[in-house]
Amino acid sequence: MNWNAVAAIYRYEMNRTFRTIAQSIVSPVLSTVLYFVVFGAAIGARIDTVEGVDYGAFIVPGLVMLTLLQQSVTNASFGIYFPKFIGTIFELLSAPLSFIEIVIGYVGAAASKALMIAVIILITSTFFVDLHIAHPVWMVIFLLLTAVSFALMGFIIGIWAKNFEQLQLIPLLVITPLVFLGGAFYSVSMLPPGWQTVTYFNPVLYLISGFRWTFFGVADVPVGLSIAAITVFLAACLAVIWTIFRTGWRIKP
Amino acid sequence: MAPIISITDLSKTYEGGFEALKGVSLDIEEGEILALLGPNGAGKTTLISTICGLVSPTRGSVTVGGHDILHEYRAARSLIGLVPQEIALEPFEKVINTVRFSRGLFGKSRDEAHIEKVLRALTLWDKRNNRNQQLSGGMKRRVMIAKALSHEPRVLFLDEPTAGVDVTLRREMWDLVRELRASGVTIILTTHYIEEAEEMADRIGVIDRGRLLLVEEKARLLHQLGRKELRLELGEPLDAIPAALADHNLTLSEDRMHLSYAFDSHAERTGMTRLLGDIASAGLSLRDLSTRQSSLEEVFLQLVREGREEERA
Ligand SMILES: Nc1ncnc2c1ncn2[C@@H]1O[C@H](COP(=O)(O)OP(=O)(O)O)[C@@H](O)[C@H]1O
Ligand SMILES: [Mg+2]
Repeated sequence: MNWNAVAAIYRYEMNRTFRTIAQSIVSPVLSTVLYFVVFGAAIGARIDTVEGVDYGAFIVPGLVMLTLLQQSVTNASFGIYFPKFIGTIFELLSAPLSFIEIVIGYVGAAASKALMIAVIILITSTFFVDLHIAHPVWMVIFLLLTAVSFALMGFIIGIWAKNFEQLQLIPLLVITPLVFLGGAFYSVSMLPPGWQTVTYFNPVLYLISGFRWTFFGVADVPVGLSIAAITVFLAACLAVIWTIFRTGWRIKP
Repeated sequence: MAPIISITDLSKTYEGGFEALKGVSLDIEEGEILALLGPNGAGKTTLISTICGLVSPTRGSVTVGGHDILHEYRAARSLIGLVPQEIALEPFEKVINTVRFSRGLFGKSRDEAHIEKVLRALTLWDKRNNRNQQLSGGMKRRVMIAKALSHEPRVLFLDEPTAGVDVTLRREMWDLVRELRASGVTIILTTHYIEEAEEMADRIGVIDRGRLLLVEEKARLLHQLGRKELRLELGEPLDAIPAALADHNLTLSEDRMHLSYAFDSHAERTGMTRLLGDIASAGLSLRDLSTRQSSLEEVFLQLVREGREEERA
């Protein structure tokens, strides 16, 4: 393994993050505060508790997941799209690097930034609600698995995208709706039975449900299923990336 | 000595079916400056890109330092520095970080002394904390070179290093290349400027339409170029070359009005004085005489023309 190269990529990417640290953090924190005001205060005033959990606290895991997914995908897709766009990708391809090292560098940096912001959101939320985390170790595992697998997905999008519109398409058109419909702000049990069935086809539901379980010990679906779902997703992303590099798809003529 | 780069029957067909390289074979010796000369679209960039790992070869093989570029790509690539034709730099990053990044990518541990040496050699040291976007075009090109040198390569590829560069900068670039060669780096540069190949190279390869038409020591090429032709216009048509002039290696034109004499202008004796003396003794009258020299450009164009004719045949 060329760890010096992994470190170089990671450091370079994190450098970019810290160069724009203010805008990286301000906007997710601001939107979180808005969510608390709108969902927590307005809706929370009508809904007292969900499955025994105070509504304000109930939406915290969903909010953290929403940010984590968006950030992981966006950071990773931009991270690899940018060198493609400005042409500096030639250096990655001509360096003595395996695709594993390229992926660890870029995905690692994208996931790290997403995790940082997720933690900041989590801390911000403690200003609004009382939080008790039932399974902190599992919570960290969920955060890590989610950040890494969605950063992998972002990486794929970044390689696939031919322009900035395509780059933003998936996060906007796919991720955000899936999170909203995946029970970020409600429990699936609150939906009519027909919609419940539809929701079970939403992969993000398993994430949010599992993540919420690590906080409150209550879940829409069994935790084992959540872990399995995210592991399968992770494996699928890895398989796609492996194929991309093996065939040079959209990176090597 | 084993060649530092050995290319065997390399072909590249791009998606869509365009054949940009057609069975190129070439050995590059350690320490030489090789210029690949060819018109736009000849396949120079494709050749370099394939050796460096940016383009997958369709057929054939390449070794760098004895390492196959596909199976032992790490060993092969770590010997190579590449300065591509197009400038590509991250606009907001600082010069020095850009160069450090390249060194890291090649797996080398941090070495600030080396980075400083490279930046100073390229007169970029004062600009090291500038952002890439603040640099002039010439400086950007030098940053590209600094990146390629940051990991101490043994082979440096310069793809059209002076295309669109002003005269002063071109001179600077040439000096730099010579310094690098003096330090033992093998240099392969592509160009479509004949003067550049003439100025810089130890050997010149002529490439056109994906074929390597010739690789020749520059000195040998220039020697060929040193051949001049003396044309004599006669006062009266001649049926045959007179016996008295038989050992002068003359040729008679079809209109029988011209004699031409080929000679080496670099040679100590051109034989011209004796020839003119013998012509006078033979009683031939001359109306005019002129000499002409074929330029590298002519040789190049002729090679390209021959190559294309051969392809058609
Ligand atoms: N990625 C590509 N896909 C298809 N054709 C290409 C690609 N890159 C180069 N070509 C074609 O291959 C030929 C050789 O190009 P190139 O190697 O860039 O030539 P040079 O560097 O000598 O000007 C050109 O006709 C060019 O259009
Ligand atoms: Mg070119």
